[in-house]
Amino acid sequence: MTDRSIERTLSTLLRAGVLISGLIVLAGGIYYLAAHGGEFADYRQFAGQPAAHRIIGQIAASAFALRAQSVIQFGILALIATPILRVAVSLVGFAMERDAKYVGITALVLALLLFSLIEGAIRD
Amino acid sequence: MTVAEFTPIVAAASLAAGLLGSLTGLGGGVIVTPVLTLFLGVDLRYAMGASLISAIASSSGAAASYVRDGYSNIRIGMFLEIATTLGALTGAFLNTHISTSVLSILFGLVLLQSAWQTMGGRKHTKNPPPDDPLSEKLLLDSSFQDNGRERHYKVHRVKTGFGLMFGAGTLSGLLGIGSGSLKVIAMDQAMRIPFKVSTATSNFMIGVTAAASASVYLSRGYINPGIVMPVMLGVLAGSLLGARLLSRLPVTLLRRIFAVVVGVMAIQMIVEGIRG
Repeated sequence: MTDRSIERTLSTLLRAGVLISGLIVLAGGIYYLAAHGGEFADYRQFAGQPAAHRIIGQIAASAFALRAQSVIQFGILALIATPILRVAVSLVGFAMERDAKYVGITALVLALLLFSLIEGAIRD
Repeated sequence: MTVAEFTPIVAAASLAAGLLGSLTGLGGGVIVTPVLTLFLGVDLRYAMGASLISAIASSSGAAASYVRDGYSNIRIGMFLEIATTLGALTGAFLNTHISTSVLSILFGLVLLQSAWQTMGGRKHTKNPPPDDPLSEKLLLDSSFQDNGRERHYKVHRVKTGFGLMFGAGTLSGLLGIGSGSLKVIAMDQAMRIPFKVSTATSNFMIGVTAAASASVYLSRGYINPGIVMPVMLGVLAGSLLGARLLSRLPVTLLRRIFAVVVGVMAIQMIVEGIRG
């Protein structure tokens, strides 16, 4: 495992992540337009979002129940997860290179990302 | 306006913004926020949420071509991501406590700086700074193929760069932008990393930085599915199209024209913010 081969793996991962999340968002979007296309679109005032569009567990549950807007949010969640997965794979790569310093640095970045991901769920 | 009318308009506007962002090098997300707020009346926080998501999509989508060229430096990226993710979290939490008029003014100022940077060239002072022992310790020095020749480089002013990256991350979380141009300034100007390595590594860093603040945005309800869906798909399509067109178009001329357009939008954002 060299730095170069880690980078190649990572770029494939990123492209796959964007493709998969893009397809989920597209599918959710088509479904959303079909089901809610006639509704009034008003985004002038910030009104937050219901938990089914905000909290990871509830987004997933509601997406699997095929609610259109939660399917879109699930795709967005997959997109946010892509760079996080990228950092996790880098961690494995540095461990295989037996580079303790960069295992530590990468673990710190991963910890920060995981904190931000679960912070919302804890807070609610 | 109904959802069926709003969606294609936003998708088309986002495609144009993605194209513009890719051709100017400003990034796909940063132009979509003024387009959504100024022309389509979307609330600033929803616009910033959608823009941040599209920054993750377009930077991740572009990663393949950067890696193929072999310019990106994974160690520089990972080390500096400690600073950018910490900054992104700080910025995202700050955002929830700041009024939209202040955010709008800040956004306009940052956009104005980016437009200015696109217009003018980058200038280095003549004498390079002394070697930084930290760079050796962190194994940041590396090399890349430049027109068939192996080119070695050293990384300077590691602490300054780290500090600037914290700032870039904070602005990213605060304003919902990828802040790619600020990351490039920190690496290219302060740390004296070759420009090609700086841009490629910056692209790699945008996704990780934005993922940290996007999680906060998501849990605070900034990510509105009805807006983010056409914005993400539009910006992604636009920036991929822009990357293909780059080699065939007179880029320098286009950059100057677009920089003026972006500058005007930046001033409008400031005016909107002052008006409240």
